[in-house]
Amino acid sequence: MSEPTQQHFSPNQRAWRRFKNNRPAILSAWFLVILLIAIVAWPVILKIAGAHFDQLHNPNQLSDAQFSPPDAQHWFGTDVHGRDIFSRVLFGAQISLLVGVVGTLVSLVIGVLWGAIAGYIGGKTDDILMRIVDVLYSLPSIIFVIVLITTLGELLKQSHLVQNSPALASGLRVTLLFVGLGAVSWLTMARIVRGQVLSLRTRAFVEASRALGAKPHWILARHIIPNIFGIVITYLALTMPAIILYESFLSYLGLGVQPPMASWGTLISEGVSQINPIRIYWWLIVFPGGVLVTTLLALNFLGDGLRDAWDVKGK
Amino acid sequence: MYFVKRLAFSVPLLIFISALAFLLVHLAPGGPFDRERAPASPEIERNLMATYHLDEPVWKQYLRYFGLVWEKDAGGHWHHAPASFDVSYKYRNHRVSDIIAQGLPVSMTLGALSFGFALGVGLPLGFITAARRGRWEDYAGSFLAVLVVCVPGFVVAPVLILVFCIKLNWFPVALWESPLHMVLPMIALGLFFAGKIARLFREGMLTAMQSEFVTAARAKGLGENVLLLKHAVRTAILPVVSYSGPMLADLLTGSFVIENIFQIPGIGVFFINSSINSDYMMTVDLALLYALLLIGLNLIVDFSYTLLDPRVKYE
Repeated sequence: MSEPTQQHFSPNQRAWRRFKNNRPAILSAWFLVILLIAIVAWPVILKIAGAHFDQLHNPNQLSDAQFSPPDAQHWFGTDVHGRDIFSRVLFGAQISLLVGVVGTLVSLVIGVLWGAIAGYIGGKTDDILMRIVDVLYSLPSIIFVIVLITTLGELLKQSHLVQNSPALASGLRVTLLFVGLGAVSWLTMARIVRGQVLSLRTRAFVEASRALGAKPHWILARHIIPNIFGIVITYLALTMPAIILYESFLSYLGLGVQPPMASWGTLISEGVSQINPIRIYWWLIVFPGGVLVTTLLALNFLGDGLRDAWDVKGK
Repeated sequence: MYFVKRLAFSVPLLIFISALAFLLVHLAPGGPFDRERAPASPEIERNLMATYHLDEPVWKQYLRYFGLVWEKDAGGHWHHAPASFDVSYKYRNHRVSDIIAQGLPVSMTLGALSFGFALGVGLPLGFITAARRGRWEDYAGSFLAVLVVCVPGFVVAPVLILVFCIKLNWFPVALWESPLHMVLPMIALGLFFAGKIARLFREGMLTAMQSEFVTAARAKGLGENVLLLKHAVRTAILPVVSYSGPMLADLLTGSFVIENIFQIPGIGVFFINSSINSDYMMTVDLALLYALLLIGLNLIVDFSYTLLDPRVKYE
């Protein structure tokens, strides 16, 4: 037995070990992986499974089977046009998750740059940059996103470029969502990164590196960035559900993605518009809503798990 | 002194917000009369544009918004041009202030009820989960709190309607007339925040129970119940108070969706519609109103924080 009595782990390895023991977080990670696989695989399955199967499950295929409740053919039932809800939920997931991921990345880039610059340079620059963050915090950001999206959406609708190609138009609209939502979600990230950088800058190993003649970009790349990695990942996992929620909120109000594109928000809104006192079409709301809620839950557990693993203190 | 300074700072902030909103709405091509153009001739449209001064440069319209324009009339006399902030292009027989006077109390009532609901459910839930830490009450309650945070209002609301209005017939489906009408919207809007508050309060309680002053009190022989109720609660309430600022903002915007689903004649519907219809003045008015509410409420929250926690002193 030549096992060393004490093993040494890097902070990342220690975090990973703690994370692995967190059962809800691991379960959530598996759920998200399976959801991703389903999203990617489902269009392929539709292609190779033959015309009949495709006919039945194509998310844009209208049929006579209006409002059929969930059964062996339509696992989540069908909507007002006889479209398969299961397929629509999976295709809607593409948009919802895409907006979530890209919006989070936008907020990551702005937030980390802003916070790192403020924290590293310090002084007057820090004062000004963080003052701007404070001001933006006190603005009703979603109000501005709504105004921005409606006016720029109108701009898109009327430009010639877009009138010739509807695909481009809806693509640009989704891009607008990325940018708009990312642009209002970076504030917390900036504050946290700044705080971290500020405290790291004065730590002994950074001082030592500076004393040895390291240039700022080397210190940032070698010492600062690796050390804020954990906290950034954690806040990314917690920002993503917020952005997905915003997207579905806007799409619910008819301001997000436009038909024929669908996201979870538009699906739920279609379900709500079918509420009537005579017949209950619960599957129109329960399935898209259920998938949305489960995904948000999984992302939250994942974020909490990462936070515990890296022992990140709350803001 | 600090609060006087902040109050003074909010004036330029509001001017900045109005300018930003004004610029944003005027980015949109065409005017507010584009959609009703069909029968009107170009002359009529030009007339309409002239009546509402939409043919002027944006900066002049902006000054006119606040009533800061003086014009020469036919006789060569200077006279003050009326401020244009009260004009709605869409509801031409109404003034925006009338619409706000009608809708705002409804939205505020909904917000206040939901705020009360969130506190009334969230605080006890947080207390129980903290007091019974590690037992089944904790697990069940904590899971409930996380779950509720992941269920957006536009999923809760239709499910509540399906169950309590259509299936059980306990509550009316929509509108805003009697207290009975207010129950479901209050729950749908407040549930998310109840979960947030429960989580914050639990965390605060647990931190407080481990702090030194509680250990000291325990050493003196105080019972656990007294510790929880008299000592821990007082510090654990602080994170909840500082959260209530952003929470009030989210309550205001969250009510857009709830008002939409329950067809409540609040102000949110008007904001969304004015933004879609390029009803410029009304959009700017309402954005300003939301900003004003937000800034005011945040000030109140921060002020009450200093009253609750004597350690906090703002410079």
